[in-house]
Amino acid sequence: MKSTGEILKIKDLHIGFKINDEFYDAVDGVSLTLKRNEILAIVGESGCGKSTLATSIIGLHDPNSTRVYGEILYRNQNLLTLGEDQLNEIRGPEIGMIFQDPLSSLNPLMRIGDQIEEGLIYHTKQNAEERKNRVQELLQQVGIQNPERVARQFPHQLSGGMRQRVIIAIAIACKPKILIADEPTTALDVTIQAQILDLLLTLQHETGAGIILITHDLGVVAEVADRVAVMYAGEIIEEAPVKELFLHPKHPYTRSLFHSIPQMSSSSERLNVIQGIVPSLINLPREGCRFASRIPWIKAEAHEKNPQIHEVASEHFVRCTCYKEFHFKKERNS
Amino acid sequence: MSFMVIQDLKVHYPVRGGIFNQVVDTIRAVDGISMEFESGKAYGLVGESGCGKSTTGRAIIGLEKITSGRVIYEGVNVTNKRTKRKSSFNRDVQMIFQDAHSSLNPRKRVRDIIAEPIQNFLKLSLKEEERKISELLEIVGMPEDAKYKYPHEFSGGQKQRLGIARAIATNPKLIIADEPVSALDLSVQAQILNFMKDIQREFGLSYLFISHDLGVVKHMCDYISIMYKGRFVESGTKNDIYNNPQHIYTKRLLSAIPQVTPIGRERRKRERIKIENYYQEQYKNYFDENERVLDLIPISNTHHVAATLPMQKGGI
Amino acid sequence: MGKTIIRRFIIMIPQLFVLSILVFFLAKFMPGDPFTGLITPQTDPARLEELSEKAGLNDPWPIQYVRWIGNALHGEFGISYTFKRDVGDLIGERALNTFWLSLLSVTLLYAIAIPLGILAGRYQNSRLDKTIILYSFITYAIPTFVLALLFLFLFGYKLEWFPTSGSVDIEYSSGTLQYYWSKFHHILLPAITYAILGTTGIIQFLRSEIIDAKGMDYVRTARSKGIPIKKVYTKHIFRNSLLPIAAFLGFTITGLLGGSIFIETIFGFPGMGQLFVSSIASRDYSVITALVMLYGFLTLLGSLLSDIIMSIVDPRIRIE
Repeated sequence: MKSTGEILKIKDLHIGFKINDEFYDAVDGVSLTLKRNEILAIVGESGCGKSTLATSIIGLHDPNSTRVYGEILYRNQNLLTLGEDQLNEIRGPEIGMIFQDPLSSLNPLMRIGDQIEEGLIYHTKQNAEERKNRVQELLQQVGIQNPERVARQFPHQLSGGMRQRVIIAIAIACKPKILIADEPTTALDVTIQAQILDLLLTLQHETGAGIILITHDLGVVAEVADRVAVMYAGEIIEEAPVKELFLHPKHPYTRSLFHSIPQMSSSSERLNVIQGIVPSLINLPREGCRFASRIPWIKAEAHEKNPQIHEVASEHFVRCTCYKEFHFKKERNS
Repeated sequence: MSFMVIQDLKVHYPVRGGIFNQVVDTIRAVDGISMEFESGKAYGLVGESGCGKSTTGRAIIGLEKITSGRVIYEGVNVTNKRTKRKSSFNRDVQMIFQDAHSSLNPRKRVRDIIAEPIQNFLKLSLKEEERKISELLEIVGMPEDAKYKYPHEFSGGQKQRLGIARAIATNPKLIIADEPVSALDLSVQAQILNFMKDIQREFGLSYLFISHDLGVVKHMCDYISIMYKGRFVESGTKNDIYNNPQHIYTKRLLSAIPQVTPIGRERRKRERIKIENYYQEQYKNYFDENERVLDLIPISNTHHVAATLPMQKGGI
Repeated sequence: MGKTIIRRFIIMIPQLFVLSILVFFLAKFMPGDPFTGLITPQTDPARLEELSEKAGLNDPWPIQYVRWIGNALHGEFGISYTFKRDVGDLIGERALNTFWLSLLSVTLLYAIAIPLGILAGRYQNSRLDKTIILYSFITYAIPTFVLALLFLFLFGYKLEWFPTSGSVDIEYSSGTLQYYWSKFHHILLPAITYAILGTTGIIQFLRSEIIDAKGMDYVRTARSKGIPIKKVYTKHIFRNSLLPIAAFLGFTITGLLGGSIFIETIFGFPGMGQLFVSSIASRDYSVITALVMLYGFLTLLGSLLSDIIMSIVDPRIRIE
C-alpha cells in the first residue's frame, strides 16, 4: 500500500437542508478517512448526497438553508467550527476543489491568467512577476501547450477539455494537500476524460496529495481510484479498496449497480433494474436498512433493526447484514 | 431488406459576415453520410460532441434542412417536407430526445401529449383513442392515472418512458433515439434500455441510436457507425467495431472508454498512451489535406473504413 | 466591428424612411391645423385659406411629403408656426437645456440606485435590504406629478431653496460664473425628482442580478480559492451583475436628449419634453415631425451604441 497516514477524517457528518422550516439530512452520519497519496472515490447516483458532502468539507454550502454537524478533522482542527476567515486559509493552500462544469465554473468576464493568479495573491508572498511566472508554470503543468496565450484568453475561447485543465490549475495553484474533485469529467468526451484522469494521476504522483473523487461513473472509479465508498440515500453503504470492491462487492445496492452497467453484460442479457425509486429527502426512512424497500423479496429478518457497519474483509466495510441473504430476483416479466 | 436508405446526406450551415451579411464560409455539420436501415435492427451512431451525430438524426426526421443527399423511404424519395407528407414516413419514423423534460409540453396532460400523434396519423374514434392511450401507458409500465397528470409530476426515467409512449403511439418502424439515457442514473438507464429492447422485439422496431456512450451502444445495437467531423470514419457490425477496429480514430475512442474493472488498468493506460501517440503520428494517413475524413471503403461485407487503398494493415 | 457599424447605419435608412412616412401621415391626420388656434369669430375664412395656400397645406400629400423629406435631408425642418423660428435652431436650444438636465438626472439616478441595489443584493433579506425595497416600492408607487408638485411646493415656494421655473435667471449674461451656477441651480430640483422616481427599476434589477450571481458556479470557484469574501463580491459578483445595466447605457445616453414631459412641464423647464407637448397642442407640424424623427433616430442609435458598449465590456460578445 502506498498510503502513509491519514490527512482528513470525517466523523459522523450530518448535512441537512431546510424544507418547509424543517431540516432533512441529505448526508446522514457519514464517516470517512482520507489518506495521503490516495484517491478515494465516493460513488453514488444523483441525490445520494455525494456532492453535498464534497462542497461542505470546505464550507461552501449556504449557511442559511443548511444545517451541518459532526466533525471534519484536518490537522487536529474541526473545520466545521472555523469562521469564514479561518476557512479561507484552508481553501486553496490546504484543500483545493475541482468542479464539474468547466464553463460555468469560470468567471466569463475574467482572463484565465487572472483567475488562476487570484489565489496566489492571498496565499503567497510572491510579487506580481513571480505570480505571472507561477501561472505559466501551472498552465504547463496541466498540459496546456501555449500558456502565455491561454493566460490572456477568456473562458469562452477555450474548449471544454482546456477549461477543465484551467479549473485544475486553479485548484492546485497553492499546492494543496487535499484535492476534492466533484464529477471532474462528467461534462467531457471520453478521450478528453481519459486525458484529464491521467492528469489527475500524474499530479497526485508529483504532489502526494490525497484526492477525493466524487463520481457516478463506476468505469472512472475502476480506472483511477485506490479506495471506494458507495453512497446511497445519504449513507455510506459499502467501503473497500478498489479491487476488493469490484471483485467482491457485498452490499445489495453495489451488486445491483454493477449488474445495471451495459458494458458488463452481453447484449442478449437484460440489465438489472433496481426496483422502485430512491425515496425523496422528506420521505426517507430514517430507521432500519434504507435499501430494504428496493429489495422487497429479501425477508425483513435479514436486515438489522439498526444497521451497523461490518468489516467483512480487511478494510472492506458493509452496512447492514442483508448482504448475507441477498440474491437477485428471478427474471420477471415487466 | 432495407426499408430506408440515406444517400450522401449533407447538412451545411452558412456562416455570415461582412457589410452585407453575405455567406463567407460554411460549417459542414454532416458531410456526406450513407446508411441503410433494415427492419428489426438497431443502428448506433457514435461520436464525440460536435461530430454531427445529433444533426444527422434531426436531418433524417426533418428537423434540420438537408443541404444535399437523399432520404429514400420504401422506395419514395422523402428528402424534403412536401414529399414526406405524401408517404407514411411521418407516421413510421419517430424520435425520442435526450431531455425528456423539455420535449414534453409542460402545459399539456400526459393524455393529450400521447394523443397528439394518434390524432395526427390514426383515425380513431374517441373511445378507441382512449383505449389506445391506456394501452400505451401500460406498455411503458405507467399507471392508468398518469393520463391526467402533467409532465412535471414524473421523475426523469418516467418522463423518458412517456416520451417513448408518444413515439410508439403510431406503431412506427423506426425510432431515432438521440441520447435517450444520457441524463439518467445507472439503474434508471438500465430500466429504459431493457424496455427499449422489449418493445423492439415485440413490434419489430428499428432504432437509430445516437449516443456518445460506447457501452450503451454496444449493448443496444447490431450495427455501429463511428462519426467524426460530420463523416463516418468506420462502420460495421458490433463485432467489427469492437473486436476489429481499423481506423485510428475508432481505436483511440475505444481505448479511452473506462473499463469497469480495476484489473489491468496500468496496462490499459500504457496502451491508451501508445495509441494516442500513434494517432498523432498517423493522423495524416487517415485524413485528406483539408483534414476531411476519407471516403469509406469496404474491407468485408459488413465492415467499412475511411482510408485510402490499399488499407494499411494492423497498426498496433 | 467597423463593418458591422457601417452595416447597421445602412439598415437604419429604410427604418427611418418608414418612420418618416408614418410620422408625416400621423401629423396630417391630427384634427385641426396650425391656424386653428388663431381663429376668432372675426377671422375671415378667405384669409385662413390664403395662409394655408401660402404654407403649402393645400398641395396633394405626396408633394408635401417630398418637399418635407427633401428639406429634412438638407437639415431644414422648416419654420415653427407658433415660435416663428427655424425648427433646427429651436430644437438645438431646447436639446441643450434638456441635455444638461438629463445628464444630471441620470448621474444622480445611478449614484442613488447602484449603491442601493448593490447593498440590497449583498445583504439580502437583512433589515437594510427590506428598507431599500420599501423605499423603491414607495418611489415606484408615487406618480411623477405628485412628487414633482410636492417638491416644487416644499423646496421652491415654501423654503425657496430652488427657483420654481425656467432654465436660467435672466439677469446673468452667458459666459459668467453666475450664469452657469444659475443654470445648475435651475436643473437641480427637477433632476433630483427625476432621479428619485427612476431608481426602482435599477435597484430591483441589480438586486436580483446580485442574488442570482451569488449562486453561480464561478462564484463558488472563487470562494474555493480562499480569497476574502469582500473580493469575491467586488471582483466576481458586482462586476458581472452590472453588465446587464451596461446594456441599457446606449439607450440612456441617447435618451439624454429626449427629456421628460412631466418633469419639464411641471418645473416650467424649457426643454425637449415641453416643446414636444406644446407643439402637439398647437399642431406645429414642422416641430412635431422633426422631433419624432429625431427620437426615432436616437432610439436606433441607442441600440447600436448599446451593442457596441456590450461588445467592449463583455468579452463573450463580439460584433462581426
